[in-house]
Amino acid sequence: MILDVERFVRAEEPYWEELNQAVVKFERDPNFRMDLAGLERFHYLYQRAATSLARLKDNSGDPEVQAWLEALIARAYGEIHRRPSRTGRFSFWRWLSAGFPQAFRRHMAAFALSLAVTIAGSALGSVAIAVSPEAKATIMPFPHLLGKPRDRVAQEEKEQGSKKDLLANHKGSFSAELMTHNIRVSVMMLAMGMTWGVGVVSLLFYNGVILGAVACDYVRDGQTQFLMAWLMPHGVIEIPATLLAGQAGLVLASALVGWRSRQTRRRRLAEARADIASLAGGIAVMLVWAGIIEAFISQYHQPVLPYWLKIAFGSVELAMLIAYFAFAGRKGDGNTQRG
Amino acid sequence: MATLSAVEIQTPEGVTFSLPLAGPVSRFLALTIDGTVTTAAVIAITTAASALGPVLGDWAAASVVLLYFLVVTGYGILLEWFWNGRTLGKRAVGLRVADASGLRLTFSQVLIRNLLRAVDSLPLFYLVGGMVCVLNSRLQRLGDMAAGTIVVRTRLLKLPAMPRGQEGRQNSMKSYVALSARLRQKVQPEMARVALDVLRRRDELEPGARLKLFGEMAGWFRGLVEFPEEATLYLTDEQYVWNVVEIVFGGARRE
Repeated sequence: MILDVERFVRAEEPYWEELNQAVVKFERDPNFRMDLAGLERFHYLYQRAATSLARLKDNSGDPEVQAWLEALIARAYGEIHRRPSRTGRFSFWRWLSAGFPQAFRRHMAAFALSLAVTIAGSALGSVAIAVSPEAKATIMPFPHLLGKPRDRVAQEEKEQGSKKDLLANHKGSFSAELMTHNIRVSVMMLAMGMTWGVGVVSLLFYNGVILGAVACDYVRDGQTQFLMAWLMPHGVIEIPATLLAGQAGLVLASALVGWRSRQTRRRRLAEARADIASLAGGIAVMLVWAGIIEAFISQYHQPVLPYWLKIAFGSVELAMLIAYFAFAGRKGDGNTQRG
Repeated sequence: MATLSAVEIQTPEGVTFSLPLAGPVSRFLALTIDGTVTTAAVIAITTAASALGPVLGDWAAASVVLLYFLVVTGYGILLEWFWNGRTLGKRAVGLRVADASGLRLTFSQVLIRNLLRAVDSLPLFYLVGGMVCVLNSRLQRLGDMAAGTIVVRTRLLKLPAMPRGQEGRQNSMKSYVALSARLRQKVQPEMARVALDVLRRRDELEPGARLKLFGEMAGWFRGLVEFPEEATLYLTDEQYVWNVVEIVFGGARRE
């Protein structure tokens, strides 16, 4: 049937405009929802517009009208076929209490690998310092760690005993610098998943080397208690956050590589996305907390804060963290559909 | 399916629509605009913090650090999420982020594509991201590949009006039904679209160019089908082209 384009466009235009208005509502508010009647009408309008486009194309219709209609259908298509969210509107509390720990548990293998690489790096760092202490400057390029641990501890305790708060009037900015720096490093670790995991493993290993070197240095110099009191309050959160960043990077790498998977790369990445995003959010929350603790608690030593108190605080944090990841959101663990 | 400049998506309803891809140059331009905006925001924050420093002390410095981080990291995430794939730079250049399958963007897609700027921007000025983009059939940087997104050129959102100015005018050629049918048969769709486009933009043409263009088009159409003299007498070349377009797009008249 040969089409009178102008008459056809005039007849269909009201329906197209109605569809356009409906699409605009969806685009303006990501959480916009329609009732059943509205959805049925929306679907009808979309199908009518699709039919109109097919007719215009078959009848060599006005190309600009076709282009406009094509763009409208593309926008409506996205809303019609949008992925359903099982949890509805995002709830921070629901995500923190369930979504984040569930995402962590779904990828335990990646976490185990992240942990193993870090431990391997720590072992190497410890051995390096034990065998060749002069390698400290190469392994730990941080000026405040290059001296003898006992000298540093003595200096710190002396300063703390003089009741002079060296961090007075810049704890807030120090805390902000710590958390933002650590989040940037973690984001880089995650992003390195796109190097097929090579970058992630390298960063995890290097972090492990530094940790192992510092630990070995202080333990060999008889400053184990100071080391634990200094690192534990913030370290029991910060180090796991780094491990989680490695985990997220390895999940991304695994989706990219697809070892032993029959799915396409696009499908694998699509399935991993929600969990990677969840892990990224959780890492940020952990590092904010760690940054606050490091600036306001970790930098204070005996006699201001007794070592046993700081170690006990760190131990409680670690126990709570383990319990959180082990038990939070357990009820929903069988749910494999992620929003 | 991706061609050199568009991703084509076939719907279950049987129609195909295309999402025209944005090239590296326009994306870099949008990025430059966004960079300028975020830099301006950071300068404003720093200036405000300096002014409030004597009152707020260290908290002013802390605010600068945190707000700088939030602006640099959160700008793309928040705007692309709430503005349906657009930032200020993308809006200015006429681009937006879209799901590569034509579906609606999810927050995890927006978050991941922005977090992976960390590796796309290496070593400087998005060199890694740019190279990956150029080598990728969908012009995706690493962040887009991980997030399953593409950056597309946005199209006009207003329904174009049919050419006006000839209402009430009689088309003397239309009454020749057989010749009109032959004309519709012989005129290629592309040529018909060109003629319609020229008519729509005729007022934008210089008078001399307008005359010449319609003269050439009318001559070409006359070469396809010859109408009797009485049907085309006193018709200008522009009116002749109007008649042809009306016949081609107007459908068959029922006698």
